[in-house]
Amino acid sequence: MGRKRLSPARVAMLAVFGVLLALALVGPMLWGDRAAAVDLERLGEGASWAHPFGTDDLGRDMLARVLVATRLSLVLALLTAGLGCGLGLLLGLLPTVLGPRLGKLAGSAIGLLLALPGLLLALLVATITGVGATGAVVGLAVAIAPAFARLTQTLAAQVAGSEYVAAARMTGISLPRLMLRHVLPNIAPALVLQVAMAIGGALLALSALSFLGLGVQEPQYDWGALLNAGLDRIYVTPAAALGPGIAIIVAGVAFNVTGDALAGALAGETIRPARRSGRGRSRSAAASSAVPASGPSAAGSDAVLQVDGLSVTFEGEGGTLTPVRDVSFSVAAGERVGIVGESGSGKSLTALAIADLIEPPGTVQAERLALHGRDPRELPERERRRLLVTSLAMVFQDPLSSLNPVLRIERQVGEAAQAHLGATRGQARVRAVEQLRELRIPGAARRMRQHPHELSGGMRQRVTIAMGLTTRPSLIVADEPTTALDVTVQRQVLRVLRRVNAEHGTAVVLISHDISVISAFCERVLVMYAGRVVEELAADRMRVDAAHPYTRALLAATPTLDADLDRPLATIPGRQPALDAVPGGCAFAPRCAHASDRCRERLPLLETLGEGRRVACWHPQGAALPVREQEMKR
Amino acid sequence: MRHPWLRFALRRAAGFAVSLAVLVTVTFLITQLVPGDPVRASLGPTAPASLVQERRAALHLDEPVPRQFLYYVEGLLSGDFGRSFTSGRPVAEVIADRFPMTLRLALAAFVLTLLVAVPLGTAIAVLTRGGRRPGAEKSFSLATGFVLSVPEYLMATALVALFAVTLDWLPITGSSGWTAYVLPLAAVSAAPIAVLARITRVETLKVLDQEYMRVARGKRLPRRLLYVRHALPNTLTATLTVGGMLLAGLVAGTVIVENVFSWPGLGTAIVEAIPQKNYPLVQAIALLLGTIVLLVNFVVDMLLARLDPRSLIGES
Repeated sequence: MGRKRLSPARVAMLAVFGVLLALALVGPMLWGDRAAAVDLERLGEGASWAHPFGTDDLGRDMLARVLVATRLSLVLALLTAGLGCGLGLLLGLLPTVLGPRLGKLAGSAIGLLLALPGLLLALLVATITGVGATGAVVGLAVAIAPAFARLTQTLAAQVAGSEYVAAARMTGISLPRLMLRHVLPNIAPALVLQVAMAIGGALLALSALSFLGLGVQEPQYDWGALLNAGLDRIYVTPAAALGPGIAIIVAGVAFNVTGDALAGALAGETIRPARRSGRGRSRSAAASSAVPASGPSAAGSDAVLQVDGLSVTFEGEGGTLTPVRDVSFSVAAGERVGIVGESGSGKSLTALAIADLIEPPGTVQAERLALHGRDPRELPERERRRLLVTSLAMVFQDPLSSLNPVLRIERQVGEAAQAHLGATRGQARVRAVEQLRELRIPGAARRMRQHPHELSGGMRQRVTIAMGLTTRPSLIVADEPTTALDVTVQRQVLRVLRRVNAEHGTAVVLISHDISVISAFCERVLVMYAGRVVEELAADRMRVDAAHPYTRALLAATPTLDADLDRPLATIPGRQPALDAVPGGCAFAPRCAHASDRCRERLPLLETLGEGRRVACWHPQGAALPVREQEMKR
Repeated sequence: MRHPWLRFALRRAAGFAVSLAVLVTVTFLITQLVPGDPVRASLGPTAPASLVQERRAALHLDEPVPRQFLYYVEGLLSGDFGRSFTSGRPVAEVIADRFPMTLRLALAAFVLTLLVAVPLGTAIAVLTRGGRRPGAEKSFSLATGFVLSVPEYLMATALVALFAVTLDWLPITGSSGWTAYVLPLAAVSAAPIAVLARITRVETLKVLDQEYMRVARGKRLPRRLLYVRHALPNTLTATLTVGGMLLAGLVAGTVIVENVFSWPGLGTAIVEAIPQKNYPLVQAIALLLGTIVLLVNFVVDMLLARLDPRSLIGES
């Protein structure tokens, strides 16, 4: 890990921090006399050249007083934080030291103290000790301690549960030594950070108490006391409040930023989780986009879905990524179409693009994207929603995360009908129960009142399917609907989809990485690789017809019932190219045994081989390939 | 048990009761822990011995400590908080005078905080999601960051300097009509708004990235339903947890800000009472403020359990 680079703002803040320390060291020596010099001719003056922040009610220079007060303000803050953190540390180690039963009691005590506001604790202690700097320091230390104790407790519990502490215990080492040698060093970095933050907090809190007149008393003064004096005269000389105010803000910000910097240094660079779009950075991603492929295979007026030249792009800081490129296909009414491919092949994004669910920074481009012959993108908002909701339902991979944890099932299943079909809440409820019954969800009426976490995995997935079906869509797009479920439940869910397909003529687009699931369920299969459709063929003739080397490799990697169990399963060497490094020619070429120079240089387009058969390959394979067409391709 | 919620509620109620008992004990201990004689300390060395003796008797200070404690608790239960050392008025009366003012300020600040911070944080999250409008996001985090590093009393002073002194738009002190509320409210709620807006933004971003939000979008619900019904309850759980802590913090904030604006509430009363060693008043106010904080925590826990049924699971 490299050294964390400091931003200019952070460097500036560290410099301020240094200046504060320097002021605390030398301030009273340099300006002490000036700050104490009473000038009866200049009582309570405003800002002037001689006194930039004016003078106080004894004619003393406010600037000098602010500078001198740095030392007391910082020293008191350090004392408070040190005392508070020390107390907290002792208190926080108690639960670990005392053992389970007494420890639990100590833990509850910490929780109890935490529940009370710190200021209240500080005020109570100050009441007991009497008003003054000591009372303020002790009071605030008591106020700081509970939070610090809780942190120590949590950290110590983690360390104490670890194996090396258990191992150390076995050697019969004494408890204090165990703490000093094994526990404390391991939790020290996090605690140090907290101490740094506590100093900043203490500085502000002490100023607050002094400001209230409950902290530092005359003749001593810190910034809070100066601010208090300034506030009394704010109508006459606003500058008097300005000086100490600035000092407090600057010091507060400096401590905050220094704490942040420390935290950053301790945590190291935090890597932002890669979003869907951020899998890589592209320099020339769009450079290879070629002429659009030939038209979709099953075009016609009865097409539920027609997609032509669909691309999805993500604009990122590093350039444009195009995870879906020039995809064309169509789905007829009642048809079951599968899309198969490895993760990252663009199949899920294709589904989201069809459903108009791509979100910024992603964008969708398509020459044609029509549901029942109408392009939702061209419709006004209301009609667009209606068209989408009545023609298409999405089912996602993880049923638990697809359901809103805080809403009852009846709400989630019924609301689409309510929003779009003009159903009342009661009608929507009835519709929802019907739908659940239709999908043979046991105890449908009872399920309606439940929350998602009360259902089993397979039940949840059936609920999500029911959710999409209440508006009677003509197409279900199911994106890996069974991947998160175990095998028997997988079968149930597929059976539900199959029944909906058979009984209502609802078309299904099933997306999966599992070619055996796809070939068992679907009539027609699209194979995607690196964002493109590379082959389209009938599901029942896959093993015979497959012409693309990638499709053939996928099939070879899938065991069949009559496979020779002694032979190892074939695997596909290499991996799919990264999004920002898709080669200009055929994306599969680097992994393909049949690749030639042409493959590496020119992009093969999707060519029709026969009824419902298309392939994008310069060297299509297989005996079943009509010789004529093979020649044509060469 | 058949009702996990009931069990949860009972458990929390028991926790609340224990905390309250501790609070009562702690406030009682003030007069015990003050070095020397608290009555002598408050009346000063010149007060006649007879007066000191009279006060001591009224406070039962000459009796054994356990009995004193009993008297203390008995008094609390019957609404008798003793008499103010300085004015001789019953403390209950002083509190009845002052408490509504503090309550009004704190509640108004809490409502204001929720009304501003939740929509603000949600809007910023929705608008800047997916790296859009980086300018808006940057100004938001800068502005909230700045507000957060300015303590309440400074914020209050700065507001006074700007709006009351320099611009002369608003009054500083007194409770003359609604204008008197503007500056104190702003000073008390600025920091909570910044905290809550930041948290709401982060939580909203998290929720908007959830699969169920995509599914909800897939139902083509109107935006209002999408954000209010599907996103908001999920962000609220975190927001409410913080909101409860903020309300507790508002109590402290109010104590401080009241003093800047000479607001005749509990904050000014306790800050006056401490240097005067007016122990009965300090005890009563501390007890009241502490109880409010504990009560708020309790209510927030209950609300959370209603809002997110999953939070009950860990308990049973």
